[in-house]
Amino acid sequence: MKNCEYQQIDPRALSVSPLSVQNHAEKKVQRRRRKWEVFPGKNRFFCDGRLILARQNGVLPLTLGLILVTSGLFFAFDCPFLVTHLTVFIPVIGGVLFVFVVTSLLRTSFTDPGILPRATADEAADIERQIDSSGSSTYRPPPRTKEILINQQVVKLKYCFTCKMFRPPRTSHCSLCDNCVERFDHHCPWVGNCVGKRNYRYFYSFIISLSFLTSFIFGCVITHITLRSQTGFHTYLVASNLTTNEDIKGSWSSKRGAEESGNPYSYNNIITNCCATLCGPMPPSLIDRRGFHLPDEVIPVASALEMELPPFTPKSNANMCTRSTKDVLERMLHSSDFHGLCPSGIQKTTPLVQEVPRAPATAEPSLSSGCSRQLAHQAVVDPCPPFSKSNRRDSLHSINPAFRLASPSPTLSRSMPVLGDGCAIGFMPQH
Amino acid sequence: MAETHSLQDLQQPAVSSKVFVQRDYSSGTICRFQTKFPSELESRLDKQQFEETILTLNNLYAEAEKLGGKSYLEGCLACLSAYTIFLCMETNYEKVLKKIARYINDQNEKIYAPKGLLLTDPIERGLRVVEFTIFEDRSIDSTR
Repeated sequence: MKNCEYQQIDPRALSVSPLSVQNHAEKKVQRRRRKWEVFPGKNRFFCDGRLILARQNGVLPLTLGLILVTSGLFFAFDCPFLVTHLTVFIPVIGGVLFVFVVTSLLRTSFTDPGILPRATADEAADIERQIDSSGSSTYRPPPRTKEILINQQVVKLKYCFTCKMFRPPRTSHCSLCDNCVERFDHHCPWVGNCVGKRNYRYFYSFIISLSFLTSFIFGCVITHITLRSQTGFHTYLVASNLTTNEDIKGSWSSKRGAEESGNPYSYNNIITNCCATLCGPMPPSLIDRRGFHLPDEVIPVASALEMELPPFTPKSNANMCTRSTKDVLERMLHSSDFHGLCPSGIQKTTPLVQEVPRAPATAEPSLSSGCSRQLAHQAVVDPCPPFSKSNRRDSLHSINPAFRLASPSPTLSRSMPVLGDGCAIGFMPQH
Repeated sequence: MAETHSLQDLQQPAVSSKVFVQRDYSSGTICRFQTKFPSELESRLDKQQFEETILTLNNLYAEAEKLGGKSYLEGCLACLSAYTIFLCMETNYEKVLKKIARYINDQNEKIYAPKGLLLTDPIERGLRVVEFTIFEDRSIDSTR
């Protein structure tokens, strides 16, 4: 072994110094600091450098809080109601969107946006040398820009004094984070981090999924409100062609669950029901508010006609029958009770009464053809008077059940005997 | 005669200088390095050898950053899985970076170390430069 000169260690110092030396050496071996601990930028690190955040994390807690509170309220209040009234997929979709939003947000916040590490001292020195050598000889410091060609286009690269390097294209220095970030988009306070090359996709998926979540929750809340409110209730009535009165009394709800069952006025099509109720023809006002009051002439028009007709029937020749029938038919055509009366008049059978709603459609052509046939055949004269009375009775009987459902109008009661007569006269030959 | 030995002298040759090969932005922001042969290396290295190394590195980085069916598939799959898939598998870029590290190690052992040079992986310099460290030939001189 070579005779090397070693400094003699003072034994008195052994008790103190070697320990500290040993510890120092051990510390140096054990305590190797990670790069994040000596990172020069203004960033905060979590989980031993796995997660990075800006020092000024802005309103990230507020963003998270808003999302959690809104979603929590949605799941707590809207979901139970909508699951029972609509479908179980509502909280499922809401849950998936919520998970997407939160994971995107956390990824955006805690991902390195593309920070460029600062140049080492050697690099900086090398660049300075290059600038000095290529710069002008005057005392004025040379402009810290470099022009390069990118795809045949001239682009100026700026020198970053903090990071001591020429910034690559599309790189910008964020003053809040004190870092150069590649493909720098912006510093987002909501997310508490810069948005750059590495976290732009997470940022984008965050804002997209947040838009979907917001509109979904908004839609569900509106649905919930309408289902619970007056608007919803009346929309339901319009769609099923019901009145509040009928709904409360349960006139047509013999079978629970089938909405349109039992309702004779429904067109069995939601759209048709809505159109009929809301966009149907506007009926005129029947009370003639601006007409002049005639205190003496109280005789209604229909009863005058009633008094007219019976004198005709005893004369009873074919022409008279035909003419009166024509008048009556004309009046029938103008009357709103046309549909209800005539079918029962034709067949004179009570079972027909139940088919009143459907009969009008089918009976009309037959009626008109029947009526015209009567006119063409020139109805037999003799049977007119005797039959008229009996038929009048029958027709009255047959007419009444058809209108059992609705309250009989005064016009109806007046015109009924007239029309009954007319029908009786007109359809006798058929009998 | 007693000699004082400096531990550093025994273990590490002195660093003479460092040469930096800058990025080439002529094709945009993709990772490419300039193939211009630096004058400081003229005494140590062949121009051809240098160009071959740099071009291989450029090709490897191009492979990592390539836009194509595979990269799109990887991206879409990651998005749909809420990026949890990266807990299980590494990205294509990471795989290529490992390949590059192996290549540089290989080059250093075979070509550059015998010539007193050291090639530093650009990833350790933030993909800004390719660093060539030139060591002094002190060990060679002392044996002579």
